[in-house]
Amino acid sequence: MRQSIVHWFKFASPQSFYPLAGRMIPWFWAAAAIFGIAGLWISFFVAPTDAQQGEGYRIIFVHVPASWMSMFIYLVMAFWAGLGLALNTRVSGMMAQALAPTGALMAALSLLTGALWGKPMWGAWWVWDARLTSELILFFLYLGFMALQAAIDDPRRADKAGAILALVGVVNIPIIYFSVKWWNTLHQGSTINLNKAPSMAQTMLWGMMLMALAFWMYSIAMALMRVRAIILERERHTEWVKHAVE
Amino acid sequence: MQWNSVGDFFAMGGYALYVWGSFGACALLMIAEPFLARRRLSEARRLLARERLADELDLQQKNP
Repeated sequence: MRQSIVHWFKFASPQSFYPLAGRMIPWFWAAAAIFGIAGLWISFFVAPTDAQQGEGYRIIFVHVPASWMSMFIYLVMAFWAGLGLALNTRVSGMMAQALAPTGALMAALSLLTGALWGKPMWGAWWVWDARLTSELILFFLYLGFMALQAAIDDPRRADKAGAILALVGVVNIPIIYFSVKWWNTLHQGSTINLNKAPSMAQTMLWGMMLMALAFWMYSIAMALMRVRAIILERERHTEWVKHAVE
Repeated sequence: MQWNSVGDFFAMGGYALYVWGSFGACALLMIAEPFLARRRLSEARRLLARERLADELDLQQKNP
């Protein structure tokens, strides 16, 4: 038992995490590609036409995965930031920093695909409704986190300041999630509920789940790629980095 | 399958702009991001290689 705890802590050092991340990246890319191809196939060739929205509903296959990931990545980012703040581990802050741009990308995609879905269905690219506004705030939280970290030269202090911002911002996640319940909004209710059967055809659900898995694998691959660059940037004056890069 | 022709597929039942716009935006950004990250990594590696070369030259000058 103790042996295995020690084993896991080993990866908390940048020196052992750097090569480990390098070995994991190709597997996550492969998984992203497989899930992505299967998901796209179902999205366009298997899932039936929607009775109400015709072919326009197919935006769901990218809109929902991007929205889920934008919220999930924020939680993971806040977790790493909080862990770094509590335990002062070096890789934690780097992971939080590596996740932020991908989270921001997912939030941007969620807003963009949402606008492209809103125009034909509601007749408006944008409305100031609870769901859309809280997702926009999430996007700004990511940008604020990145700007704050970029503005502070000392990486350890940047991590601490970023962690506090990230942790305070967590309150926004349940607001986004429950906004369709708490407020009267134009946005449709959640597609998937834990306590009732999904309100969509089985094949549509499969397509959405596969696309969500693809986005998930993509996000992990991206975070690992970026954390490797951050490790080299931050640890460049250490002996091991000089020998790690040939 | 609900498509009778390739044209039918691309027309997306009249929602072509919105559906292809959404999938296109995702494809564009999700292809661009790995390239940017890859560039950042190779830039960091290039800087490190240069620093190491500078260290080696320093060492040579000190003890010729």
